Amino acid sequence: MADPIHLEYEVAADDYQAAGAASNSVKETLKMLGLPTAISRRAAIITYEAEMNLVIHGGGGKIVANIDEESVELMTIDEGPGIPDVEKAVQEGFTTAGDRAREMGFGAGMGLPNIKRNADVFEIFTEVGTGTTLRTVINLP
Amino acid sequence: MTLGDIASVLETKTLCCEERLASVEIDGAFASDLMSDVLAFCAPGAFLITGLTNIQIVRTAQMLDIPAVLFVRGKCPLEDTIALARGAGIPLVLSSHNMFHTCGLLYAMGVKPTQANSAPV
Repeated sequence: MADPIHLEYEVAADDYQAAGAASNSVKETLKMLGLPTAISRRAAIITYEAEMNLVIHGGGGKIVANIDEESVELMTIDEGPGIPDVEKAVQEGFTTAGDRAREMGFGAGMGLPNIKRNADVFEIFTEVGTGTTLRTVINLP
Repeated sequence: MTLGDIASVLETKTLCCEERLASVEIDGAFASDLMSDVLAFCAPGAFLITGLTNIQIVRTAQMLDIPAVLFVRGKCPLEDTIALARGAGIPLVLSSHNMFHTCGLLYAMGVKPTQANSAPV
């Protein structure tokens, strides 16, 4: 990989039809770059769960991916309601999602735990009423 | 065994990518209506059995390179779901049996349960 790659996508709130398109594009880029399947799979799970969080909870937002020879950094940035209790939010089974998310097969309190499980670095910066930034890094072999 | 073998035993209806049935090799499967569980626990290469039919099922399949999706109890997805799968080359098949019956028939055929991560008990 010659130069670092920077990708950005806007994600709309409550758009369950389009949700996942940005994550698929990130995944296709990683595949095109020839990254190992296990890495692109982990990145796809992180990005997709985080994208669904933007759609369900964040009021929409932005997905940012930075790829260089050492790592894949995946971030979501929103100006949504923020997370009052991060410790609770990363516990399996804890959810505040509504019926629409559940109808889609999400909203069971698995999103952040799934993201954490697949990331080498997992950081949440959040403030109630201001928004949330999720930063994850996958180290490349 | 191939997806074509499964389609023939379960008497499924193929919704898209019929030309791929004979070439998709099936070893294991994962059954769930919860896509976050699929993302957490579906092992690489396993195909997905589900009762949900919305477009996010195909998105989930795309993310994990799931080779095919089998919908149970005859519930047919809408055209946008089928169109996304067609574009992605992911065969969709429809079984008239319910989830339990479908899984039982597949288990009897030798399709193995798979799990990527250990679940807490």
